[in-house]
Amino acid sequence: MRREAAGPLDYLARWPLRLWIGLVALFLYAPLVTLMLFSFNESKRNIVWTGFTFDWYFKAFRNAGLLEAFTNSLAIAAIATAISVVLGALVAVACWRFRFPLKPAFEGVLALPIVVPEICMGVAMLVFFARVMPWPAGLPWPFNLGAIIIAHVSFCFPFVAVIVRARLASFNRELEEAAKDLGASEWRAFIDVLVPHMRPALVAGALLAFTLSLDDFVITFFTAGPDTVTFPVKVYSMVRFSVTPEVNAASTVLILLTVALTAVGLRLQGRDMARSRGI
Amino acid sequence: MAEKALIRIEGVTKRFGQFAAVDDVTLDIAEGEFFALLGPSGCGKTTLLRMIAGLEVPSEGRILIDGEDMAGVPPNRRPVNMVFQSYAVFPHMSVADNVAYGLRMEGVPKAERADRVAEALALVKLDGLEARRPDQLSGGQRQRVALARALVKRPRVLLLDEPLSALDAKLREQMRFELAQIQDEVGVTFVMVTHDQDEALALATRCAVMNRGLLQQVATPDDLYEYPASRFVADFIGSVNLFEGELAVDEPGHAMVTCPTLAAPIYVDHGVTGGTGTTVWAAIRPEKIEMLHRPEGGLPPTVAGVPAGSNVVAGIIRHIAYLGSETVYEVDAEGGARVKVLRPNVARYEERGFDWDEPVWLAWHPRSPAVLLS
Repeated sequence: MRREAAGPLDYLARWPLRLWIGLVALFLYAPLVTLMLFSFNESKRNIVWTGFTFDWYFKAFRNAGLLEAFTNSLAIAAIATAISVVLGALVAVACWRFRFPLKPAFEGVLALPIVVPEICMGVAMLVFFARVMPWPAGLPWPFNLGAIIIAHVSFCFPFVAVIVRARLASFNRELEEAAKDLGASEWRAFIDVLVPHMRPALVAGALLAFTLSLDDFVITFFTAGPDTVTFPVKVYSMVRFSVTPEVNAASTVLILLTVALTAVGLRLQGRDMARSRGI
Repeated sequence: MAEKALIRIEGVTKRFGQFAAVDDVTLDIAEGEFFALLGPSGCGKTTLLRMIAGLEVPSEGRILIDGEDMAGVPPNRRPVNMVFQSYAVFPHMSVADNVAYGLRMEGVPKAERADRVAEALALVKLDGLEARRPDQLSGGQRQRVALARALVKRPRVLLLDEPLSALDAKLREQMRFELAQIQDEVGVTFVMVTHDQDEALALATRCAVMNRGLLQQVATPDDLYEYPASRFVADFIGSVNLFEGELAVDEPGHAMVTCPTLAAPIYVDHGVTGGTGTTVWAAIRPEKIEMLHRPEGGLPPTVAGVPAGSNVVAGIIRHIAYLGSETVYEVDAEGGARVKVLRPNVARYEERGFDWDEPVWLAWHPRSPAVLLS
């Protein structure tokens, strides 16, 4: 053990801190790791380890109901994300760029879906789609998911808007003026200068919207009709009968998917941030 | 002005709410000029520049470029280009893409574009850095990118917003020289905004001095320095001693100003169209005052061409600031005024230098003072 006084960056070299970090990691990840490990368990029950197998993965992939729910969830997340990013970015630009009556009120109301309890949003959506705007039944896929997508967009796009708005605060207006001065129209300046500046925020917002949509249970549960099932709702109904390793396997796939997406997003964002630093 | 005006600014006013940032400015800028808009921060010079670029719309008056009224013409359709104070180099594009951007917007074919980009980069000495990204460039290099990006469009007028203010002192001096060279090479009319009088005097063929939105004086750098029109200009350009006084004599060939804070009257060799009795200010530059040793009981020196007793005053040195190439002395003159005197250090040391608290004579030529009415 070294005896010299440790600098602020050397604290990690000391065992109490390492232990602490280890404990935090354990606390955070032990449940997830358990879930993933038991997806390879031979036993039908998630209690004792009896042997290694991939069977549950095959089984999960052959489970038509689970597969349908999974595709539904991905489709909903993808479409809701696309709409949320466009809507959120435009709202952010509008709030950043223009002055209009009741702007503070508008900005406040915008954050409501973020702070309103999910259960209230869920009930509100239920009432809305039951009474105000019933979504037509029997539409072909993916239009039958319309109600859920609308519900998801409504709570995803404010997150995008908030993130993009924060990013825009660091935009140098002279960049846009320079583009116009060099012959760009309003629209070209927007595409060539403002959008590249917003890109990290768009990526971050999209990731957030995607994950929020993918794992949303409460709002979806209230909005989904009898014949549209999403992954979280399906898992919930499966768990009500018994927690089989099949659920573990499906969840593991989902976890890996989100981790991979996040990694890609962070990489892209890191590169963009590095590029625009110091300008 | 003999040449045809390329930019004509006619009674332009810009109001932000109640505040007039630019107040009824009328100004002509000729083809090929290096014109400087000079003034303290907040004087409206940048607003005026932005109105020429089309980034601000005048509240009143009009701006003509090449005889064409620019009202309603958006910035992307004006024959002017701008170098922004922050340079505004696009961070996500390479140097070459930055410079090519304006040509792409114009729809210049690819091959010609490449040639013109190479030419522009050579002009600002950035050849070889085409593929670099802005975050890999120094501040000076980024400025060159901004310059090339604007010049590649072959504008009629290049607008520069505080082009040198963000550079460190050495680089600023070098860039100043290069800017003049580039302007000489491309022959484009330059309009530069600056708060730095040295920059304006060194670069510009003509300067407009602004204060609080108002145009104070438009003149060549030497006229601005030697014949300021007002106390503001005299004080803003360089350093000056201002003596408030009364016009005692005002003849076509000479005039005399008596100041309560100066024991001797100030005699000038030209008339002032003010009329005797009016309040005036005599402005004398520190380098135009001669300082002589004043031995105990010695007689005052005589200044040629002036009535005895004028343009010479006794004083005591109160402060000395050695600046290397020159030394600035602050002298308490008889009468109460504190007078700044500047002497170049022509030799490494003087046999009989001046010292703190030394009695001296101050004298000036009748050609040196400028008599200001406002």
